[in-house]
Amino acid sequence: MLAGVRKWLDERFDWAALMAPLRKKTVPVHKLSYWYFLGGITLFLFGIQVCTGILLLLYYRPSSNEAFESVQYIMTRVPFGWLVRSIHSWAANLMIFTAFCHMFSVLFLRAYRKPRELTWVSGMILLFLVMGFGFSGYLLPWNTLAFFATKVGTDIAGQVPLIGKSLMIFLRGGEEVTGATLTRFFGFHVAVLPGITTLLILVHLALIQRLGMSVPPSVEAQRTVRSEQSREMHFFPNFLLRELMAWYIALGVLGALAALSPRGLGTKADPFASAPAGIRPEWYFMFMFQTLKLIPAKVWRLDGEVIGILLFGAAGVIWTLLPFLERNGKGRSQRWILGAGIFALAYMASMTVYGYLAK
Amino acid sequence: MDTSRNKCAVRLLFPLLATLLLGAVAHAQNPNSCLDCHSALDPPDQVTEEQFSRDIHAQKGLTCASCHGGDPSKNDQDAMSKKAGFGGKIERKDVPALCARCHSDSAYMRQYNPSLRTDQFAQYLTSVHGKLRAKGDERVAVCTDCHGVHDLLPASDTRSKVHPLNIAQTCARCHADAAYMKGYSIPTDQFAGYRASVHHEALAVRGDLSAPTCTTCHGDHGAAPPGVSTVQNVCSTCHVFQAQLFESSPHKAAFAAASLPGCVTCHSNHRIAHPTDAMLGTGPQSVCTNCHTEGDAGYQAAAQIAQQIDHLDTSVKNATEILDRAESAGMEVSDAQLEQDQARDSLTKSRVSIHSFNPTRVQQDVDTGLQIAGKTHGEGAAALQERDYRRKGLALSLLAIVAVVIGLRLYVRQIETRSS
Repeated sequence: MLAGVRKWLDERFDWAALMAPLRKKTVPVHKLSYWYFLGGITLFLFGIQVCTGILLLLYYRPSSNEAFESVQYIMTRVPFGWLVRSIHSWAANLMIFTAFCHMFSVLFLRAYRKPRELTWVSGMILLFLVMGFGFSGYLLPWNTLAFFATKVGTDIAGQVPLIGKSLMIFLRGGEEVTGATLTRFFGFHVAVLPGITTLLILVHLALIQRLGMSVPPSVEAQRTVRSEQSREMHFFPNFLLRELMAWYIALGVLGALAALSPRGLGTKADPFASAPAGIRPEWYFMFMFQTLKLIPAKVWRLDGEVIGILLFGAAGVIWTLLPFLERNGKGRSQRWILGAGIFALAYMASMTVYGYLAK
Repeated sequence: MDTSRNKCAVRLLFPLLATLLLGAVAHAQNPNSCLDCHSALDPPDQVTEEQFSRDIHAQKGLTCASCHGGDPSKNDQDAMSKKAGFGGKIERKDVPALCARCHSDSAYMRQYNPSLRTDQFAQYLTSVHGKLRAKGDERVAVCTDCHGVHDLLPASDTRSKVHPLNIAQTCARCHADAAYMKGYSIPTDQFAGYRASVHHEALAVRGDLSAPTCTTCHGDHGAAPPGVSTVQNVCSTCHVFQAQLFESSPHKAAFAAASLPGCVTCHSNHRIAHPTDAMLGTGPQSVCTNCHTEGDAGYQAAAQIAQQIDHLDTSVKNATEILDRAESAGMEVSDAQLEQDQARDSLTKSRVSIHSFNPTRVQQDVDTGLQIAGKTHGEGAAALQERDYRRKGLALSLLAIVAVVIGLRLYVRQIETRSS
């Protein structure tokens, strides 16, 4: 039957010619090949988000009067609604985690170097978009924690020099976090961000297809020393089947998290209530949040929070342009980037842990 | 010629004007000469500038002369001369009347605070303190004993001796002093009892300023112990429903006949502990068995009421426990938790309705609570069942996933073996 379908497609669209590039595509095989799976797992989790997001859209109502109740309805009344919402919530967290892991693996294996600078840039923008998904989606259940975390988050955005106030009003749809903010975040979450992200994923994948997968310089050097031949495997079906195994394992982890630790809903947001103690953002913003908390209110004559925001903004831009800062073949700049990567990873991890332990 | 005359006039006028100006400045800087001396004296005659500046009277523009007479704008003995109207030290017996000169004058007090009461002196005359003072007892409290003198603060100031948080301590200065109270034939353990009470905990520990302190039950300026027949009126100012139920209960007439003070008979007066269910029934801590003995109708009613309350308490606890377990397992039971609040309210209501001392009346509230607790317990059990169902589903899904992963691994090995 499968052969029949293939023949049918072949007669009409020259299927064999269409699939030829896929058949020709190969993936390098070496001791660090397993890092190649991270990008695919992130893509798989994005797919899960799209599917579960569409299912949630069938019942979710984006207004401050109905959002909380509609999510509660999904979790208690809709058949398997709890599973869909839990998977959506957990997959979001896992996707951000795997996206960060993917970024650091690319950095440490130096896969960003020429000619893959634009692959890195598109990947970094995708990472920022994924964090934007997290920030906008967090508010949608309209519960107390999400409400005040969004208030704090948009307050921080309001501190950006020159454009801060306008940016905050744009994000909130007014001076305060209200139902208008919810509607706006819903729009970002289900239309603006998915549209841009899908386009950028296509660009990212096209660049990978065009430039192939990078072999780490350390592996190449070892092969040269040992005079070994480079080993490769076909992308289709060999690598894809292995990727499929990784996706299945990710699905198992996701299912276990959703069933054993379903995401709670908390209490409905009350804009007139005072903020509860211990308000903090999702874990992926914690390192920034904790840093801003630790910076003194005034540093010399400047506002401490503004300095923090400017530093993070500058770090984000420099990080995105990292491949252009590495001078080709110069060991010093390579070591500098490696050192910065280790420092960034240690800083983010320690600040996140500190943020959760600090009262 | 004219010019030199002018210069001479200026030379004479300038020192004169300067002297007048300095005198005026010196007068403006020192309008209250009393403090010049009294701040340097030893207690009890000492009144410092800092102390007096805190005083509410000083802040409202009154001076030492407002109470003591004299002329503080003059120095030394001129300020304290009879000619200047100086009255000297005010005797304790004269303090209430002196304060009342202003504080009983509503027209005068209106300029400072139109809502300020002006019946303090009238009330004081009806108080035990006022009555004893009228009989010549110099040791009873007068205004300054509770409110202070020279550094008097408004009652709303937390540092004031009459702020709700400090009143008990202020009363205790005399009433907990056995030596001072000797001769009055009243106990001196009220403060110790109050400090161990649920009322003190609410006020001092939880900071609930509406919780009762000494003056809430005894009155402030008209302070007197409530009589045996009226004590429930005092308690009922806050505990309205309990009092209403007691009024229509068989205990009302029985207590009156036995000259027992209503609420105090079971709950004590100053040492009012947090009431527990152990006070009901016929157990060792029961207060019912203080009067009722085995076999009488009251004894049976007490046992029945205790059983009713215990039944509801157990049902509510069981429902709470199962809902908490479901919630900690991540199940969405917020609606049931909300209903559970109503079950707890019914338990509280039942504990209030025991003051009817009528098992049939208590059963009405108990039944409402049991119905809600039964429903929420069912919802908790259903949530736990759902949790187990999910876990079984997860186990089956994981088995299927493991099987697929193994299958894929074998398939990959097969095609790679074949191609190599």
